[in-house]
Formats: sequence, C-alpha cells, structure tokens
Amino acid sequence: MQNNYRQITRNGLWDSNIVFSQKLALCPLLAVTGTATNGLGMGLATLVVLVASSTVVSALRSMITPEVRIPVFVLLIATIVTLVDMNMSAWLHDLHKILGLFVPLIVTNCAILGRAESFAFKNPVLPSLVDGLMMGIGFTLSLIALGIVREIIGTGGLFANASLLLGSHFSFLEMTVIPDYKGFLIMSLPPGGFLALGFMLAGKRIIDNRITKTRTASTDKSTDNNTVIDGSSIAA
Amino acid sequence: MAEYLLLLISTALVNNVVLVKFLGLCPFMGVSNKLDSALGMGFATTFVLTLAAAAGWLIEHLLLAPLGLGYLRILTLILVIAAVVQFTEMVVRKFSPALYQVLGIFLPLITTNCAVLGVALLNIQEQHNFMQSLAYGFGSALGFTLVMVVFASLRERLALAAVPKAFAGAPIGFIVASLLSLAFMGFSGLTTH
Repeated sequence: MQNNYRQITRNGLWDSNIVFSQKLALCPLLAVTGTATNGLGMGLATLVVLVASSTVVSALRSMITPEVRIPVFVLLIATIVTLVDMNMSAWLHDLHKILGLFVPLIVTNCAILGRAESFAFKNPVLPSLVDGLMMGIGFTLSLIALGIVREIIGTGGLFANASLLLGSHFSFLEMTVIPDYKGFLIMSLPPGGFLALGFMLAGKRIIDNRITKTRTASTDKSTDNNTVIDGSSIAA
Repeated sequence: MAEYLLLLISTALVNNVVLVKFLGLCPFMGVSNKLDSALGMGFATTFVLTLAAAAGWLIEHLLLAPLGLGYLRILTLILVIAAVVQFTEMVVRKFSPALYQVLGIFLPLITTNCAVLGVALLNIQEQHNFMQSLAYGFGSALGFTLVMVVFASLRERLALAAVPKAFAGAPIGFIVASLLSLAFMGFSGLTTH
C-alpha cells in the first residue's frame, strides 16, 4: 500500500504530470503564467477543484451508472468550480479579477475530467484524494515553473504583487532577481508562453532520457505506465 | 454593418482565440497533425461555437438574468454546450451523411474545448447584444479555423524537417506556435476593439 501511494505521488509530480507528460490543460497554463504569482494562484484554484472532484466522484462511484458517468462528472465538476469561483471572488478578489475567465474555465480543463474518469471512478476515496492532491501539486509546480522562467526573463523580477494578490503573508516571495534589467517584453506576452513551454518540454525529455539511460541495467516497471499516458494524451 | 465587420476582423485576427487569448489549445495541439483533420475540426467547431454563442446569450438574458440565477451560469452553459454538440451531431448525421463522415469524430471532443465556453462567458462579460454575440462567436470560430489550418500546414512540413531529437514532436510544435503567435501580434492595433 505504501508503495502504491509512492507510485501515485511519482505519477502526479513527474511520470504523468498533467502538463509535461499528458500535455493537457494548456489553456490556463499559457494564459496565466505571465508572472509566477498568477501561476501560483491558478494552480491552487485548480488543485482545490481537482482534490474535491476526485474525492466526490470516488465517494459516489457506486451510485453513478457507467452509461451516464461523463455528464455526471461534468455537472459535479461544474458545481465545484462554481463554488471555488464565488469563494475566490469574495476572498481573493484582486487575483480573481486577473485570472478572470480562466477560473470558470477550470470546468473544461480536460485533466480534471481525465482524473475522474481514469482514476477516481475506479479507486476508493483515500487513494483518489491523494491522486487528486498529487496531480494538483504537479500542475501547480508546472505553472509556477513556467511562470518563474517567463517572469525572470520578461521582467527580471519574481512573484511581483504576491502580497497584493495572495495576502500579506506572501510578501516574502517578492524579489528582484536581476537588478537594472531592462526587460524582455516578449516573454510576458503570448508568444513567450509557447516558446518557454517548448524549451521546457525539450528539457524534460532530455532529463527523462538520462534517467532511463542510467536505469537500463536494472529493468524498470514504470515503462508500461508510460504507454498508458501516451494513449490518454492522444485521446484528449 | 461596419460595426459587425470590425467585430469579425477583431475577433478573428487581432484577438485571435487561440494565439492571443489562449483558448482551445487542446485541439490546436492535438488535432493539427494533418491538414484534413484540422480542417474538419475547424468546421465542426465553427458550427458549435456560433450556435453555442447564440444559445448562451438566449439562456443568460431570457432565463438566468430575469430569475437572478447568475450563480448557475457555469453549470447551465456547460449543459447548453453539451446539448448543442449533441444537436449538431444529430442534424449533421440526418441531413448530410457525407459531412458526418468528416466531422463525426471531432464533435464529441468539442464539449471540452474551452474556446466554446470561453466565448459564451466573454459575450456575457462584455455585455454584447444578440447580434454582436453571434458575430463574436462566428469571428472567434473563423479565427480558430484559420489558425488550425495554418498550423496544420506548418506541421505537415515540420514532419519532414530534421529537428534535434529532444525537440521532435510537441516541443518544436510549441516553438512554431510561438512564431505564429508573434506573427499574429502584428495585427494588434488594426482595430480598436
């Protein structure tokens, strides 16, 4: 069982990371990562939805008939997103205004429906909750990573406005990485998002190749896992 | 009339849904390997997006706003979109089996295309009237189809190019998308919308 949770964690954070392996949820990923702060906010919102939807779907899985499961999932997710949307609008209003359209659009985040369908519907509540949590953390980390790259190259700073958007506890995050930097605007604009993601995907592939190379001596079970992931990304 | 023409140009080129607003990226990256399928996806999305924009406006202004049910907006819109997709599938299958052969497999995928929900929500946010909503939906869909076709053509060429191993496939796709997005930024300032 211990090993099982470790595998779930590994899958969520690296092996089938929503962004870098499954290549899902690209719209919020590229749209909000102009700064690392926005990435963090969007990641946390998605994390909450993912954990809640995985738990609820798993808890209700014996009551949902397989024939109508997809509409039921969509309605459950839409309800959770509505709750998150209204709560963010009430408590984190500035952040909600910046993320704007992309909070309601968590509904059409295929990764969430994907986890409900491929994991939560087939597993008990606790593993589903952990799976949702780990997938969400993996997604949040990817958003922050992309945000950090774009923000440092784009403006030379990091986590700008964190205290304003997330509350004063986060003011320690704000920093200037490269002083007297003139900025490279294109990285903050849409083309920079595509560019940064392209290079980061290539980087992940190089790291993965290194890992498999060092492991070739000891045969590895996780390879058959990878084929499943490829299948899901084609279907999406 | 000129107003609608401007709205069309502005949504299709200047504020392109895919490259500037980042909506509908999943089909943009997923179904753009071949020109035929990109074109099919583009047409199917055009149908659904325009219809959903109109239906979304009607639902918002005839049902949700008068009854004060704004908090049900996301839930209702996603249902409406699913219904429109199903409806489009039935109509196409009934009246044009040939078209159904082309579009059929793409239709179910459109429900999770965030451009459809995004445009319906943007219409409400920007308080468009019915005709503006329709033009906005159609313009966005045109922009989507245009970018799909251009990107698929580029990727067909890319498949034959010698690309460094680490970049083959998706990574180089994103870098090409970045250049395409850069080109579309040249349209900004064309209209004031």
